[in-house]
Amino acid sequence: MAAEPVDFELASAPHTPPKASVPVMMRRVLYALVPAAACHSYFFGWGLLVNFAICALAALLAEAAFLRLRGRTTREALRDNSALLTAALLAFAIPPLTPWWVPAIGAAAAIVLGKQIFGGLGKNLFNPAMVGYAILLVSFPVEMTQWVPPRMGDIDYSRLTALEHLSYTVTGELPPEQSLDALTRATPLDLAREGARSGRSFSDVRANSLFGDFGGRGWEWVNNFLILGGLYLIYAGIIRWHIPICVLAGLLLPATVFYFVDAARFAGPAFHLFSGGAVLGAFFIATDPVSAAATIKGRIIYGAAIGLLTYAIRTWGGYPDAIAFAVLLMNGAVPLIDRFTRPRVFGHG
Amino acid sequence: MLKFTTRRVTGGLRLPANKLRSTETPIRRGLIPPRLVISTRQHRGPAAIPVVGIGTAVLRGETLARAESQASADVHAPTSGRVVAIETRAVPLATGVATESCIVLDTDGLDRRVAEPSPVELAATDDERRRQLTRAGIVGLGGAVYPTAAKLRTGARCELLIVNGAECEPYISCDDMLMREGAEAIVRGAGILRTIFSAERCVIAIERDKALAIDVMTETADRIGEQGLSIAELPSIYPAGGERQLVEVLTGVEVPSSRYPAEFGYLCQNVGTAWAVYNYFTTGEPLTTRVVTVTGEGVGVPGNVEAMIGTPIADLVAACGGYKANPVRLIHGGSMMGFALPGDRLPVTKASNCVIVGDPAEFHRDAREWPCIRCGECSNVCPARLLPQDLLLAARAGDGNGLESLALDECIECGVCDIVCPSHIPLTEIFRQARPVLRRHREQEAEAAKNGG
Repeated sequence: MAAEPVDFELASAPHTPPKASVPVMMRRVLYALVPAAACHSYFFGWGLLVNFAICALAALLAEAAFLRLRGRTTREALRDNSALLTAALLAFAIPPLTPWWVPAIGAAAAIVLGKQIFGGLGKNLFNPAMVGYAILLVSFPVEMTQWVPPRMGDIDYSRLTALEHLSYTVTGELPPEQSLDALTRATPLDLAREGARSGRSFSDVRANSLFGDFGGRGWEWVNNFLILGGLYLIYAGIIRWHIPICVLAGLLLPATVFYFVDAARFAGPAFHLFSGGAVLGAFFIATDPVSAAATIKGRIIYGAAIGLLTYAIRTWGGYPDAIAFAVLLMNGAVPLIDRFTRPRVFGHG
Repeated sequence: MLKFTTRRVTGGLRLPANKLRSTETPIRRGLIPPRLVISTRQHRGPAAIPVVGIGTAVLRGETLARAESQASADVHAPTSGRVVAIETRAVPLATGVATESCIVLDTDGLDRRVAEPSPVELAATDDERRRQLTRAGIVGLGGAVYPTAAKLRTGARCELLIVNGAECEPYISCDDMLMREGAEAIVRGAGILRTIFSAERCVIAIERDKALAIDVMTETADRIGEQGLSIAELPSIYPAGGERQLVEVLTGVEVPSSRYPAEFGYLCQNVGTAWAVYNYFTTGEPLTTRVVTVTGEGVGVPGNVEAMIGTPIADLVAACGGYKANPVRLIHGGSMMGFALPGDRLPVTKASNCVIVGDPAEFHRDAREWPCIRCGECSNVCPARLLPQDLLLAARAGDGNGLESLALDECIECGVCDIVCPSHIPLTEIFRQARPVLRRHREQEAEAAKNGG
């Protein structure tokens, strides 16, 4: 028999092409951050955008350098948008007014120590942006805790022009009439923790003009837009609802209970939701597919544990925010969670 | 009509059905191609043995090849003509292209029958019934082409006969069209199958997106008024129509790959099979035609054709308006589990439910692949509740132990993991190629156990 001539292309099933791709997913997550970034820039100045630019540059350079060292091709990996997303998440976590080397070191550490030493995209155990943040926080605790207050008519503080801001970022020098103390304040979360430590009641602490209706002023708005972005991610099918909802439930449930036990001492659920990185963490950080649990049941456990840990660290711990450490701790537990939530195979006992 | 309550189906995916284009026109009938290439093996099990020689003139319905066991089935002439060759040819069967001995028949266009249509009486004993089914060439027409006689096991209790009209795979619409146009034959055929298998109850399962078929079938079933027959509406989730998935969604029972649904008292038959059974017992005509969907962006007028077994696919496409410019891929079966054919000279077999002519954009796949980001979407949609992301590692490492413990055997190769994978990893193909690795691993284990005492 003569062999059949091949007149058509041979390909194996399934023939239907895949729906999504890694770079498109990452890009959409970046898009989802845009409204919150715009809001952040309105209230806190140019810092976020400057930090993002530095983080992105450092992340891409670090990724390229390390891929070279590992003898890999760089082109595809640099175009998967994952380093850009890491840079964006880290930029949100770094104080707006900061010298350039803080975001640069953070982003390089995130990529190299958070991702590449594990073997690159998909192999890392921990969320790279949070690794970068944790390294920055323990290395430069002063630089990492000085936040500029939100732009509000009644909050009195000095302000920098865009040029002065850039100049400080590059040189670390402020204009002669300015001082860092005058430009920055503690964050509402810091104030709440300091207040609790010194025995002041929360209701007393929140009389400070940095506090708004729910959480920190300005922060409330940024978090609103982050929730919006997060809902878009769920709607677009980029993330599933389990992790964000469970993180928030794990944080807000104890917050509500303690609030009802002693409203004067403990901050309420609204404060916890609308201050700091809870929303960013729930929708954008804990949902990083690489470092999160894989099964639905696993994600519920993983998310709830992050929420509970966040509440515990915020309330009784010593860090400015707890999302990063809660996420990193649970990242470490993911292999265990995945192991114990392995689904029962179809038809097997 | 009895309402049949369905259960939740594990995993699966809503996929664009791509069925509308092929269901706009009625089934096209009466196509007699100049030459038929009829494989002596149409089905699972051994080939039938030719009983004609080169030059033999045959009539429609005449036996061309005879089955030597009930794991096989007879093969008949779909129309009158003359045998011009018996030679090996490439033919599409259930799982891929195979090389089989084929009877090449030049048709005379007269379509003379071997006998006038007359009803056949259903035999009384299982043995005789099996013989009847084998002689009639009846096999499963859902795509797996399991000889129907082989499913009839004496002494086996059949609690529920499931007549499968789910047709969950994209592009395929032959069962849908057959239900719309041949509802009575299917319902009565289901009744005959029920008698043959002594089934206590019978359910005809149809996916919810086939509203017209559901209406026609319900109305017909009501009119005929058979006791214990019901129609179940299934969720339109691929692969809810897979045999094991169907049993799960209808009864909640999960049948593992190591066992048959029949062991649990469930028997699945395709609606096309019911139609063929009805035809045989009312007219005496064996199974020599089947409905084939011809569709895709690369074909002129998509539709369904009642094609004679052996019709070259080129003739089938010609009957559907021919090729449009630049057809690039020819798929036998649906877009999820079908296989690509090298050319259109291959003939229709009893396994051929669908032929898709793909144009360049239709199945275009970005060749780039990214590392697995362990998003777990594959495991969320897996109907067998496997962990494709872990199976991938085991397969790539050639780790037989891993493949065993991750239950590669339960993979039904439905392809949903590929569709949701954002890294564009060809998981299904990797798992297909890992099967021999697992087999070798088992052989080595068995060997070691034997040697080790």
